Amino acid sequence: MRLLELDGVDARYGPVQVLHGVSLEVGEGEVVAVLGGNGAGKTTTLRAISGLVAQSGEIRLGGERIGGSAPERVARLGIAHVPEGRGIFGELSVRDNLRLGAYLRRNGFAAGYERVRGYFPWLEERRDQQAGTLSGGEQQMLALARALMARPRLLLLDEPSLGLAPSIVRELFRIVGELNEKEGLAVLVVEQNAKLALRSSSRAYVLEAGRVALEGPSGELAENESVRKAYLGY
Amino acid sequence: MTEFAQQVVAGLASGSIYATLALAIVIIYRSTGVVNFAQGELATFTTFIAWTLVDHGVGYWGAFALTVLIAFAGGVALERLVVRPVEGGPVLTVVMLTIGLFILLGGLSNWIWKAEVRSFPPNRPFPTSTWDLGGVAISKQDLGILGVTLGLVVLLYLLFQYTKLGLALRAAALNPAASRLVGVRVGWMLALGWGLAAAIGAVAGLFTAAASPPLDPNMMRPILIYAFAAAVLGGLESPIGAIVGGLALGVLLNLVVTYDTHLHLELDRLRLPIAFLVILTVLLVRPAGLLGRAVVRRV
Amino acid sequence: MSRLATVRGVATALALAAGVVAIFLAPRWVSDIKLAQMGVYFIALLGLNIVTGYTGQISLGHSAFMAIGGYTTAILVVDHGVRDLWTIPLAGLVAGVAGFLVGLPALRLSGLYLALATFGLAVAMPDLLRWDKLESVTKGGQAIQLFNSPALTGKGFENVDLLGHSVTFTRAVDYLTWTVALVLLVVAWLLLRGGPGRAFRAVRDSEVAATSSGVNIAAYKTLAFAISAAYAGIAGSLLVIAVAFADPQSFPAKLSLTLLVGVVVAGLGSLWGVLAGAAFIQFLPDVAVHFSKAQGVPDTVYGAALILIVLVLPTGVAGGAHRILMPLTSRLYTRS
Repeated sequence: MRLLELDGVDARYGPVQVLHGVSLEVGEGEVVAVLGGNGAGKTTTLRAISGLVAQSGEIRLGGERIGGSAPERVARLGIAHVPEGRGIFGELSVRDNLRLGAYLRRNGFAAGYERVRGYFPWLEERRDQQAGTLSGGEQQMLALARALMARPRLLLLDEPSLGLAPSIVRELFRIVGELNEKEGLAVLVVEQNAKLALRSSSRAYVLEAGRVALEGPSGELAENESVRKAYLGY
Repeated sequence: MTEFAQQVVAGLASGSIYATLALAIVIIYRSTGVVNFAQGELATFTTFIAWTLVDHGVGYWGAFALTVLIAFAGGVALERLVVRPVEGGPVLTVVMLTIGLFILLGGLSNWIWKAEVRSFPPNRPFPTSTWDLGGVAISKQDLGILGVTLGLVVLLYLLFQYTKLGLALRAAALNPAASRLVGVRVGWMLALGWGLAAAIGAVAGLFTAAASPPLDPNMMRPILIYAFAAAVLGGLESPIGAIVGGLALGVLLNLVVTYDTHLHLELDRLRLPIAFLVILTVLLVRPAGLLGRAVVRRV
Repeated sequence: MSRLATVRGVATALALAAGVVAIFLAPRWVSDIKLAQMGVYFIALLGLNIVTGYTGQISLGHSAFMAIGGYTTAILVVDHGVRDLWTIPLAGLVAGVAGFLVGLPALRLSGLYLALATFGLAVAMPDLLRWDKLESVTKGGQAIQLFNSPALTGKGFENVDLLGHSVTFTRAVDYLTWTVALVLLVVAWLLLRGGPGRAFRAVRDSEVAATSSGVNIAAYKTLAFAISAAYAGIAGSLLVIAVAFADPQSFPAKLSLTLLVGVVVAGLGSLWGVLAGAAFIQFLPDVAVHFSKAQGVPDTVYGAALILIVLVLPTGVAGGAHRILMPLTSRLYTRS
């Protein structure tokens, strides 16, 4: 069953239309990548799913229409969105950030925390530290950990590698891969780092000027002539 | 020495009232990032509602409780209907809106109830008797007011620090977008903040009317300034700071005026300018206030 | 010269001419004293617009500057026999210095905090004026009477000789106020379309960008404060001359709120809107009184109107006019 379906989605910021008839899907337990240059509409796609931007067209989660829902409702339906710039609460402690991640779960903090600590053991000793004082890489990890606290069905990751050192980025994707294998978490990741994204995903879409230009299994796209030239540098 | 102690006690008494209104200001600021210039007038308005209830036969304490509830509902309604459209907009717009409310509510209070001299409550909520503690007279009423104020701040502290709701309130103010992504209904959090603040303000108004009669439409005007000074002194983000600031300010003002007899500076006329100096000094020297947390941001 | 600039130039000249004519005709419908007061507001709003509309520093303290200007005039006229007209620039100067002094610490504050601090200043000023220690200068809480002072043009409200015509005191005051207003409008206009104006706007829009372009933020921000305070001081001075007395009640904190209302109604950063803003704050209370003479009604209507404007027309009259006129003027832009 397809977990997430986008069907002919348009999105606009005020008078400017950014997405034109984008259609894509994510299956249960799949990792899907969205590639493209700056301004291609990758981030906007995720924002459209989360209800953060005005859109039209169909968006379905598990068959249920969610297009046009408020972000709070989308979160309640099981989508965790780690936005560009991480979206953590800098003024709050690490622990409070995690507690917020578990906001929608009735008594989920303890159980969720156990699980999250397994993937990010260093969080335990930093739990009273103000989140804004963490390094960039640590903040990104915290954002991911927070998303996991909600036990989502689908994880939306927006440019996780932005501004991070390669070793940290590799670690991040390794964890995402582990989450996908061990727990069957479906992931839709938007990335500028095409090489890493294609290696970590099973399928990918390439966006250009707000439209889907290419799609297919990641392995094939990595071999694709134009993809190689434009995004892989060779 | 007893003179000193007596002045401190009197300062604590007036300070508790500044503290309560400061608490309301801090709640709104903490949950919405807005400084509500209309907080005082809202308190006056709700106090008049209480007066009307009592005037129609409701008992004082019943009216007290009912008024607090009405104030809460009113605050929520205000935020949802009037403040909502301009939230997230430029600072000036929101400031303008609360100033508009300030003017509107002040006018309404004057219009509906007129500036007659009223004593409220007709019978005092706490007995006027005093205790004698080593030569210092402590009024039971003042003690009662102080007690309620402290109780309120303890409750609020617990709310903000230890409950999920409190965390959501804080988060909604700090980062509304990220809050929505974790499922927090930011809109209702903001409304809740206004409701709580209005309810606390109502308490402040009721205390003011009881402690410094008569009840008149302009009674909260100076209190608002003292409350601002108290909130800034304690740290605009800190409920405990509001109490500390309020009490400290009350004592400070009293002591300054008393010891002025040595300085002959006629400072008792300058209470408001002194409050202004406090605001200015704190904002320049330590903007986070005594108990506020200086925010560290990585650039 | 491009077509757009020509049209603008002609429009401006016409507007100014119309303004001058309007000043002479207006007394037929509105009382002199109300017009004079509107002129006072107009001048104060011009100044406030510079600091709040152009550099984005919210000031709720300008009633204090008006008080400083007003009292300067009163003291000079009554105690030192200085001719009232000469006190006007002096009042502006004193207030301007005060504005500069306030502008310095203001650099450390922003947005809400600045609004709070300046509001405190406005609240403190009347009490300061009533302070016993300053009584020898400010006469404490009692009014300083200019009435019958030899240095007051028209001393005891007699008619004034104006270019050979005999005009009533109030009419003379009205003309005086609006003449000063026009002059200050031109000054402001020249200031704002030149270097300082661009710098001010740069500061408002992005301090980071402005600094990296070499704009000395601190200098321009304090300059804006000083200029706006000077304007307010002149306004206060004219007010005192018009009513022939000065007392703390004339400069309450609420006046600061009223001024800010005027600036918002005008539309931030617009000079033309200021006229609408001044009209609004001058005449709305009068309109309100028509509803009911009961106390508190003017404020109720006032507050409600303000809230409505903030909700419906947040960019003020100027913003609204801009939205209407934009389609018309855009033709001029694209043609040439």
